[in-house]
Amino acid sequence: MRYDDPWYDALASGWGESDGLGGHAPVPEAGHEGRASEDEAAAAADVYLEVQRSAAFQEVRSRYRRFVVPGVAVFLVWYVGYVVTATTAPGLMAHPVAGAVNVAMVAGLGQFLTTFLFAWAYARHARLRRDRAALELRWDTQELTRGVRGGAS
Amino acid sequence: MTGNHQTLALFLFSAFIAVTLAITTWVSRNRHGSAEEFYAGGRLFSPMENGFAIAGDYMSAASFLGVTGLIALFGYDGLLYVVGFLVAWLLVLFLVAELVRNCGRFTLADVVAVRMRERPVRIAAGTSSVTVSVLYLVAQMVGAGSLVALLLGGTSAAARAWTVIGVGALMVIYVSLGGMRATTWIQIVKAVLLLSGTIALTVLVLLRFHGDFDRLLLTAAERSGHGDAFLAPGLKYGGDWTARFDFISLGLALVLGTAGLPHILSRFYTVPTARAARRSVLWSIGLIGGFYLMTIVLGFGAAAIVGPEAVRGSNAAGNTAVPLLALTLGGGANSTGGTVLFAVVAAVAFATILAVVAGITLASSASVAHDLYASLRRRNAKPRSEVAVARVASVGIGVVAIALGLLARDLNVAFLVGLAFAVAASANLPVLLYSLFWRGFTTRGAVWAVYGGLVPALGLVLLSPVVSGSPESLFPGVDFQYFPLQNPGLVSIPLGFLAGWLGTVTSAEVPDEAKHAETEVRALTGAGAA
Repeated sequence: MRYDDPWYDALASGWGESDGLGGHAPVPEAGHEGRASEDEAAAAADVYLEVQRSAAFQEVRSRYRRFVVPGVAVFLVWYVGYVVTATTAPGLMAHPVAGAVNVAMVAGLGQFLTTFLFAWAYARHARLRRDRAALELRWDTQELTRGVRGGAS
Repeated sequence: MTGNHQTLALFLFSAFIAVTLAITTWVSRNRHGSAEEFYAGGRLFSPMENGFAIAGDYMSAASFLGVTGLIALFGYDGLLYVVGFLVAWLLVLFLVAELVRNCGRFTLADVVAVRMRERPVRIAAGTSSVTVSVLYLVAQMVGAGSLVALLLGGTSAAARAWTVIGVGALMVIYVSLGGMRATTWIQIVKAVLLLSGTIALTVLVLLRFHGDFDRLLLTAAERSGHGDAFLAPGLKYGGDWTARFDFISLGLALVLGTAGLPHILSRFYTVPTARAARRSVLWSIGLIGGFYLMTIVLGFGAAAIVGPEAVRGSNAAGNTAVPLLALTLGGGANSTGGTVLFAVVAAVAFATILAVVAGITLASSASVAHDLYASLRRRNAKPRSEVAVARVASVGIGVVAIALGLLARDLNVAFLVGLAFAVAASANLPVLLYSLFWRGFTTRGAVWAVYGGLVPALGLVLLSPVVSGSPESLFPGVDFQYFPLQNPGLVSIPLGFLAGWLGTVTSAEVPDEAKHAETEVRALTGAGAA
């Protein structure tokens, strides 16, 4: 466990202690404590492992993944499919739909529409299904790491 | 272009420069010179402000002038090109924005270095970030030179050279004095100007056709001389299979590259939380999507109202389609309306370039100071303030960009932009995604992922028809062209991902489970975020 890690620096080093690797961050709570000892770093690492294994975190992570993985797969396939079809089958894309509007125009404007829809759906999912649980985990984790640091010094 | 246009356009340019310099001095009046302040503007921008700033960073003059020109000349293929720029934001929103905000502090390397041995990873990620930024900067500088020469009528080499030098000097002043706070406000002002200009022109075009988009398309197709083919893909990116693969390669680079652009990543650090980062991306998707929809109207409008021959006659690449459209919509070359609209469009395009170069310069000076200088300086050297190094770096990057901008002045701007995106997608995206999502990722994997994408991307360009072997290449006299495509993305992006995987499975290093837990917990919850 090394302690010249930027995260530990950010948490444990104050203003004057410039070590050139990002020791300039103002960190109000921990600034006076000086550099973390290896024990503290190891204990903080245990906190993160513990949180990672907790049911609450696993739930947040799987909610995130269950939305994001299929989402990314769908829009990438839809976009790559669109580009490949447009370059390899222009005849199909030129097929008229209504007036001057053809398949290509519908597909192109459809890309805009699906992008807006995906973005809206993601934001809604994150707001309703993840934000609250993530915030609680954040406070719990920070309480735990603070407890570890406070107890060891 | 007559003298009236030039005088008014020059007046508007000067007004914009005066306003932005005033912002810079106003902002730097009580700076404390901390890294937080210089790189991230104190992290206190609102999602809406940051959304406008992201849009301002992203909507370059290449899209405003280049894309509309492309649509005016080649119809549907211009639209095909534009779609990738927008869809790319879904990748940023889903996989990158929130997690990067939670894990990093100022740069891409911050996110990766957390789990790895810091020095090699920082050097690798810093190098590739600076490379991407410099390529993108050169594209904007070349664009600025030809744009101003075009709009002001001074096509002499001296006018272009002085424009490039002037733009370079201004961007160094903005960045080194104002840091992220000034740069952000300049982006916001620019985004508002660009969007208002675009909305005004779009409304005028639609009024001309009584709101009938169908009639607009039919008139454009008729005047183009291509008939229905103008509204279907194939006029530019059709042709032989090399051209088609080239476009697929470009499309892939656009959609995957945005998430690896250093100046976009650094914008997420200017808001306080991951939730604010998400909301700023939503704002920017709305603004950027709306902007590109309007450029489609303007492009077809230019084809229908100005006509492709007139557009091509003014500039072979079509870059003057929008200024010409503004001139015609305002009532013609000798009317007051035409003069005013033309000057406004010219000033907006100039503001666009200035704001974009400022954003990129800031991101690359952050990479130089925060990643490269911090890792490469001698251990016993006297430590300097990182912000002082970043200010000096912005001057250095300005000088390099001016020099390269002057050297590369004949290269196609759209090609340079495509190349920057391809390098970002090959060198920055694999390492970023692997370190956020792959439990077993190691230091060697990270270093290989960066160089395994960066080196092939640049190498393939050297061996491409852009550099040698065709009449339009940089060195038409010699022929060492072995790679047929202009854009390397199709090959180099998979190579970047492959190299990262290969480096990881061949390294003896045992991935640190605790560090991975820390990354994952921090990324998804925001615990301990800077």
